[in-house]
Amino acid sequence: MKAAVIVFPGSNCDRDAKVAVEQSLGKPPLMLWHRDTDLPAGLDLIVVPGGFSYGDYLRCGAMAAHSPIMQAVKKRADEGARVLGICNGFQILCESGLLPGALMRNAGLSFICRDVDLVVENAETDFTRGYAKGQTIRVPVAHHDGNYFADAATLDRLEGEGRVAFRYAANPNGSQRDIAGILSEKRNVLGMMPHPERLADARLGGTDGKPMFDSLVEALS
Amino acid sequence: MSQITPEVVAQHGLSKDEYKLVLEIMGREPNLTELGIFSVMWSEHCSYKSSKKWLKTLPTKAPWVICGPGENAGVIDIGDGLAAIFKMESHNHPSFIEPYQGAATGVGGILRDVFTMGARPVANLNALRFGSPDHPKTRHLISGVISGIGGYGNCVGVPTVGGEVNFHPSYNGNILVNAMTVGVAKQDKIFYSAAAGVGNPVVYVGSKTGRDGIHGATMASAEFNADSEEKRPTVQVGDPFTEKLLIEACLELMDTDAIVAIQDMGAAGLTSSSFEMASKGGMGVELELDKVPMREAGMTPYELMLSESQERMLIVLKPGKEDMAKAIFDKWELDFAIIGTLTDSGRMVLKWHGEVVGDLPIDPLAAASPEYDRPWIESPKLPEIQAADVPETPWVETLPTMLGTPDLASRRWIWEQYDHMVMGDTVQRPGGDAAVVRLHGTNRGLAVTTDCTPRYVKADPVQGGRQAVAESWRNITAVGGRPLAITDNMNFGNPEKPLIMGQFVGACQGISEACVALDFPVVSGNVSLYNETAGQAILPTPAIGAVGLVDDLDAMTTVAFKGPSEAIVLIGQGDRTGWLGQSLYLREIAGREEGAPPPVDLAQERATGDFVRGQITARALTAVHDVSDGGLLVAVAEMAMGSGIGATLSIDFGGPLHAALFGEDQGRYIVTVPESGLADLLAAAEAAGVSARTIGVTGGLAIAVNGEAGPAVADLRNAHEGWLPSYMAASA
Repeated sequence: MKAAVIVFPGSNCDRDAKVAVEQSLGKPPLMLWHRDTDLPAGLDLIVVPGGFSYGDYLRCGAMAAHSPIMQAVKKRADEGARVLGICNGFQILCESGLLPGALMRNAGLSFICRDVDLVVENAETDFTRGYAKGQTIRVPVAHHDGNYFADAATLDRLEGEGRVAFRYAANPNGSQRDIAGILSEKRNVLGMMPHPERLADARLGGTDGKPMFDSLVEALS
Repeated sequence: MSQITPEVVAQHGLSKDEYKLVLEIMGREPNLTELGIFSVMWSEHCSYKSSKKWLKTLPTKAPWVICGPGENAGVIDIGDGLAAIFKMESHNHPSFIEPYQGAATGVGGILRDVFTMGARPVANLNALRFGSPDHPKTRHLISGVISGIGGYGNCVGVPTVGGEVNFHPSYNGNILVNAMTVGVAKQDKIFYSAAAGVGNPVVYVGSKTGRDGIHGATMASAEFNADSEEKRPTVQVGDPFTEKLLIEACLELMDTDAIVAIQDMGAAGLTSSSFEMASKGGMGVELELDKVPMREAGMTPYELMLSESQERMLIVLKPGKEDMAKAIFDKWELDFAIIGTLTDSGRMVLKWHGEVVGDLPIDPLAAASPEYDRPWIESPKLPEIQAADVPETPWVETLPTMLGTPDLASRRWIWEQYDHMVMGDTVQRPGGDAAVVRLHGTNRGLAVTTDCTPRYVKADPVQGGRQAVAESWRNITAVGGRPLAITDNMNFGNPEKPLIMGQFVGACQGISEACVALDFPVVSGNVSLYNETAGQAILPTPAIGAVGLVDDLDAMTTVAFKGPSEAIVLIGQGDRTGWLGQSLYLREIAGREEGAPPPVDLAQERATGDFVRGQITARALTAVHDVSDGGLLVAVAEMAMGSGIGATLSIDFGGPLHAALFGEDQGRYIVTVPESGLADLLAAAEAAGVSARTIGVTGGLAIAVNGEAGPAVADLRNAHEGWLPSYMAASA
């Protein structure tokens, strides 16, 4: 499997994503600078990491969505590469149209950093095969703008098509229908606010995030 | 150019005597730019003129100290070729005026002090003091400070892992915001600020310079700006995104062999950074101020030298490295400008489009900065409070009340607004005795904490100074860390008042004694004086930030009980029966802020802590917690709340029960041990000459003392977790 992590100015979970991918893959992913518009051939997995891309002084992810590298990522996604957007990465995927909906300011208006319980809604994707449907996993959130919003028709469609990957067991941010992560139509793009890469190491207090990286490696190797 | 009238001198905060010295050093009347430079260089903040004499008495040496006070931050050896670099710094006044930006730029400033030395920041902490919860401004200040710290730290991607918060009416008009950063560097890649090499280029990188933060005292005068601009706020505005880029760009440049010296532009901006670099290296500097990247047109040399715009650094490069260095800053889209050259003149020559607009001798100015031996008096000794004179309340009701008081209530509402996990190495999160951050890619970690009990310092500056150091040492010990060194952030009132100066002197003495006894040197620090409003001084607050090393993370301990039927052992009580003077029990339950604080026996402190650490390293203990604010029963309750497991205690210290349960005797730890290991632990303690007594057993879902059933752990949690969120949710 060939994996890469995108680094924007202001990304700050790029190293965390690298560590988690490397742990499951046995070798480090490529780190791609935002100005690298020619993506290496044969990428199987592209991770768009958390952080504050370009400072996020505009709507979160809005600037990054218009960066040249995201046009290249979109093209690869269309061609079937797996794209995992975590936190700011999820915001960027929504802003760039790879996923529907938007992430608004948390309902409580504050930044929230804590472990939350997620219910696995779809365990039949390359991202989630390491989990069982209905399983509850513990993964941290750390965001100010994680309140998922889409219109009712979109939400109905997401749910009807099995494209809700994870829901919050107890909604921390006001997300519509407790949605924590969603899939693209072809199931090759996953965006989620919680950080699986942050609990993929027993030393950090949990490993519920690790099966995601393990199942990607298994599916794509 | 304006005339330098006595009014102008006074507006620059210089006394008549100080101005006389200015004239002597200059050999002529200074112009306004030069006067401004003297003003900031000789300000209390930059010159430490009231505190220097006493700071010199602090112990700063140990075999593991690589660099003590005097640089941007302190540096210690943490093995494997690595160094920990850290410092704590205050941003009190700006945070009171504009809490969000004041606190945010406090974080930004301390981060720069650490990465300017070559360290990647790995942890942020903050020691905060707010006024009474009843004061109308307190809620607003908490809200702004917490979101400011979070807003900055979360964006730069450095985890905020610990700190402390106190409330006291003495901070009503003068809150304290002390921010600490800990970084990790390779020992062979540490960067210092002493300039060297005649002809080497002086380079400015980072944000552009604006008019923010120009010395408040100087900008209010219409005489300075006859064509008067509107007043600008004196509080700087932070841009954490630029800071993040600056960290990455500087660390990338540091990986090359291009830097001679580097220094961040903190307080007094370009002035202090250029003077300090030149002074330390015995060099001269010629600056072309028109080359400084500017945020707006029409800025003057005076403004450029005094601006405190954030996220800027000054670098002396090796010759020929300019293009390579510029390419790095271009990549990160940061300004890069060669603004000057090192000379051997020993003078600071400021040019503006080729014309000399300032010419000052560097060493006389820096070396001759005033130093005062201010008169001081000792604080009056307060009587010991007799426990028998303090009415006893039923502990069953008192315990939940205590756990919900502002000084003891859970800080979860605060630290959940900080990203405390980013970087993936936070192996002990906030809420314990010390946070532990793993050294990336290893099984070792840094234990970090901040501590001070200001009410003790007020009551007895010497004991309070000792206690602040001892408590931080204890907190590092309680997680299994070897305490290595501290940074001190000395927050006091007006040093021109002998009683306040005496508090400072006493606290320095206490800190020194503790540092010597515990082998725990001071490697960096900061002094913040004049923390007074309307003549009302804050409680003297020498906040201590401490760093230790956990050599094996497998042996790290936490506060939470680990299982039922384990013995609960109190280490370090000795034959004491319970000290209620200056305790939270006395203040919160009896409504009295009185008496002498609990004394700190440093020899006993050392013996007890070394014993506990040895037992942790030997994996004998399952949970460890030091006993501090609130006393024994509060500490046990905290261990219970951490796990949901209750405790049955049997307490008899030979005095009144409330003194035993809530007294704040120092140098104590509560540990748990499986029943099978109890005899060995007690025997080891006896052999070490350390007091250890079994006080109970874990289990159940509630706390019981001496046969009396008490509150359920779940109810204690509600009391403990409930106060801060509901206080913040309420309207003013």
